[in-house]
Amino acid sequence: MPRTVAAIGTDAVAEAMRQINPDVVPAYPITPQTAIVETFSQMVADGRVESLLINAESEHSAMSAAIGAAAAGTRVMTATSSQGLALMWEMLYIASGLRLPIILANVNRSLSAPINIHCDHSDSMGARDSGWIQLFSENGQEAYDNTLQAVRIAEHPDVKLPVMVLLDGFIISHSIDRVDFLEDDKVQKFVGSYTPEYPLLDAKNPVTWGAFDGLYGHYFEFKRAQQQGMLNAPAVIKKVGEEYGQMSGRPYGFFEEYHMEDAEFAVVALGSATGTIREAVDIARCADMKVGMIKLRMFRPFPAEELVKALSGVKAVGIFDRSDTFSGTLGGPVFVETRSAFYESPVKPLMSSYIYGLGGRDLSFDLIEKAFAELEETARTGKVKERINYLGLREGEVE
Amino acid sequence: MTWDYSDMGKWSWKKHPRGAVIPKAGTAHDYKTGGWRSQRPILDKEKCINCFFCFIYCPDTAIIVKDEDMKGFDLKHCKGCGICAHECPKDAITMVDEIKAKQQDESASA
Repeated sequence: MPRTVAAIGTDAVAEAMRQINPDVVPAYPITPQTAIVETFSQMVADGRVESLLINAESEHSAMSAAIGAAAAGTRVMTATSSQGLALMWEMLYIASGLRLPIILANVNRSLSAPINIHCDHSDSMGARDSGWIQLFSENGQEAYDNTLQAVRIAEHPDVKLPVMVLLDGFIISHSIDRVDFLEDDKVQKFVGSYTPEYPLLDAKNPVTWGAFDGLYGHYFEFKRAQQQGMLNAPAVIKKVGEEYGQMSGRPYGFFEEYHMEDAEFAVVALGSATGTIREAVDIARCADMKVGMIKLRMFRPFPAEELVKALSGVKAVGIFDRSDTFSGTLGGPVFVETRSAFYESPVKPLMSSYIYGLGGRDLSFDLIEKAFAELEETARTGKVKERINYLGLREGEVE
Repeated sequence: MTWDYSDMGKWSWKKHPRGAVIPKAGTAHDYKTGGWRSQRPILDKEKCINCFFCFIYCPDTAIIVKDEDMKGFDLKHCKGCGICAHECPKDAITMVDEIKAKQQDESASA
């Protein structure tokens, strides 16, 4: 029987990990991720899962251990947040460069300074070019579903890349939500057994991992081959999402389109904000506003072609980013990529960047309605008032 | 496994094993590191007691031993690190300038 429970997001991820039963889980605690590994550790201690848990001395070590264990030929998972992901940075590139299908749950949290433990996407956006597949979640259910699918995506022979499952710190990680858990045997059947390509521990077929390339110079070729894994990923993510839908009743694609069929303007967002925006769309629709939303699930690889197609019918698009690029004038990361995706398109909607929610700043209905009103005006007048907007920023004199 | 990589320099990016894995053992033998050497070890066989300290310490397995007798150095792989000379309890190994040693080789063969 599938179980419907009230669970916080971190418990949903820990439950997915228990059901996957990975061989090795090296981890180091950090707020707000800690709850995942804390719950998982209890499961290990209680004998509810067979995984070898390695308490590493840092996130750099945790990812290093994950890489070693994956090269040895095991199925590996870990979790982190914020500074932890930043400390893993060097090893993230090694995991993807060695084509190791490691699964990492990153509970999104801002990056210091100033020190802030709350949600934004600065951490995972910093790792967007590290060669990891990135799947964003709207709620605990999606964090659970994405974790299960991540295994199949990462280990697929056409892909062989590490996958990062993203869930918003506190908003998802520490909020109780309804979550449907699948049966253990169904999960096991779905993820299947893992057959590593070049297991280091296979003494009959000795291999070398991580050799030095510098003098012979094949680095360029390896990087191109790595990109091929990313190019192959969308087809696999689509297929796995459909198969998962058949099993669970919850199909997944690259993004979700909400009221896009007749929309005159739209918002693109990722993560938990899309739950609030969906409500705001419903309210705006009652007032005859022709607004739609695209909830981006797959950020790496970036579904450029599909996103352009989905947004081609609207006159104005507001791209919501929970992080900034610090590029000066280019706007948030999702904005930059969406705008770039449209370059060859003969039909282009007007676009504006909405940076919101940094350091956990709430995204209220008021703010979304303000953006909707501006986007409606842009659609009507054909003019972008402000290309880069900071939604919810305290500006001017406090009254 | 058999893995012919003799023409790897011409390989397309599609041909390389995934993740830069080397799917065969012993390939370091084909990697001639002797060209890195700026100091060359010279053995004084009169002093050598065949203790094999040099053999144990050499990071490049470049000490040639045959029939339990230290025979000299594999100069195709010896990087000239000097660890053998440092560890030798009988000071039977001395490090000399590689360029000078090469010039001597050339004049000897001429």
